[in-house]
Amino acid sequence: MRAIGWIALNVFRESVRDKVLYNLVLFAVLLIGASYFIGQLTAGQDVKIIKDLGLAATSIFGLFIAVFIGIGLVSKEVEKRSVYSLLAKPIERYQLLLGKYLGLVLTLAVNLSVMAGALYAVLAAMIWVGGSEIARALERPAVDPFLLEALALTFVELAVVTALALFFSTFSTPILAAAFTFGLFIAGRFSADLRDFKQVVDAPLAGFLAQALYWVLPNLAPYDIRAQVVHGQPVTAGYLALVTGYGVLYVAALLLAAVFIFSRRDFK
Amino acid sequence: MWARAAGRFTLVALLIGAAAELQWLRERRYPLAPPSEDAPYLLSGLTTRRLAVGYAALAADLYWIRAIQYYGGTKIRLGAPSQEAQPEAGRQGSAYPALYPLLDLTTTLDPRFNIAYRFGAIFLAEPFPGGAGRPDHAIALLQKGLGARPDKWEYMQDIGFVHYWWRRDYRAAAEWFERASRVPGAPWFLRSLAATTLAEGGDRQSSRIMWTSILQSAEIDWLRREAERRLLQLMAMDETDMLQKVIDRVAAQSGRPVADWESVSRAGAPLDPSGAPYEIRDGRIGVSRKSILFPLPEEPQRLGTPAP
Repeated sequence: MRAIGWIALNVFRESVRDKVLYNLVLFAVLLIGASYFIGQLTAGQDVKIIKDLGLAATSIFGLFIAVFIGIGLVSKEVEKRSVYSLLAKPIERYQLLLGKYLGLVLTLAVNLSVMAGALYAVLAAMIWVGGSEIARALERPAVDPFLLEALALTFVELAVVTALALFFSTFSTPILAAAFTFGLFIAGRFSADLRDFKQVVDAPLAGFLAQALYWVLPNLAPYDIRAQVVHGQPVTAGYLALVTGYGVLYVAALLLAAVFIFSRRDFK
Repeated sequence: MWARAAGRFTLVALLIGAAAELQWLRERRYPLAPPSEDAPYLLSGLTTRRLAVGYAALAADLYWIRAIQYYGGTKIRLGAPSQEAQPEAGRQGSAYPALYPLLDLTTTLDPRFNIAYRFGAIFLAEPFPGGAGRPDHAIALLQKGLGARPDKWEYMQDIGFVHYWWRRDYRAAAEWFERASRVPGAPWFLRSLAATTLAEGGDRQSSRIMWTSILQSAEIDWLRREAERRLLQLMAMDETDMLQKVIDRVAAQSGRPVADWESVSRAGAPLDPSGAPYEIRDGRIGVSRKSILFPLPEEPQRLGTPAP
């Protein structure tokens, strides 16, 4: 357990060294710049749009980090041949994989937390500058704690995407792993289409296959509650728990499969 | 080392400056084509939703920004509503052809985008040049909003309002006010408004109640300003009625129609609620063409009254 923790910490340090967290600066500039320009363009909807933009940007930035760092977690070690010295130490292969995964998830958590802080700071500043006139026109308070629900589900979604990237990186090249991960991310966002496929085709076999894919592929659409939260629509604790539970189980399945493949891989 | 860095920086700045100079020369010699008619490239909200890959709310924001920029830009291009005469029936419905598709896309991408429905209710229905002159589109958009949020009495009130104010269909208006009044949380006045509209048709007091309600619930400046303007118009209609009586009395006493304010009052022309002087044209009082209240709306018709 301690070995996993050390590996995770090292992955986090490495991502800091690789200037991954520089995206936070870009995020802050994007939000601050947008809050100024959008105020001139949107006829009073600036707080709503900053919320939408902030939540979407946390997801998009996180997605790129999860995919592009995730696909290199294993393949980079293999390419640099540092995997030999790592495996020569008293570390099990599963510990290496879990440590790598948790390290990237820690990076994402830190990233997401700072982004959430920046989003709240920009929203508070907008109300402070704009005064009660802006606040009056809002369906929800600008500094709305319920935004955290959307951010929490974004985090779980990114944890699933990270597990996908890690899984593919255990047996394929980085480019292919990125393509597979992005492909499954998009398929996961459109999973409802797979579910309803048999209603649009008159081929029972195709319908059955689509149904099977619907249950097997990661379903990422339920993690998008951004619009509901921004409009102040209630999201129940039960829903959050079920969606989070699904994510945890799916991550566990992917990590298990990744460990299985990685443990059988021959590095000679 | 610093000197070398400064030298490189200067070189880069010079190159960019030279490129900008060339661009300026090119644009002067070959002027850019004027911006083409703004039109949505994608008309299907469902296709756009797919292309947004889960970021539909953000895409809705972009379309909302486009919608209001389009409306504002077109309105400026056409001229302010107070500057032009209203009856340009030939151009009605063609003034803002992209407004409905843009609002439709916005609300397909984000079906809870409250302000897009309410903005559409006013500016799709309003005749040229202030709006698209399409009450049918306004109603379609609001009904789509009701599909997404069936508990929104505001949309029902707005549908009733479009029937009342733009279509003069008081029976339909009363039905929608009645329906809105049944939604929990709806304001008390909707029930009496429904009854009055059904029994008597239109009147200024009912119009005033509706515009005041829109003013109080307006989330954006444009709606607020439009509601304020409409309330001032109703006030101006009351004032012109009063002034007309005075003018008629003076005309009856002198035996000839009143041609100017000097023959009525030494103080000169009284001002309308926006601050512009009232005008006398052919013995009739009216707001000036320069007033933001011009032209005054048609008088709401009481049931059983022949249309003018």
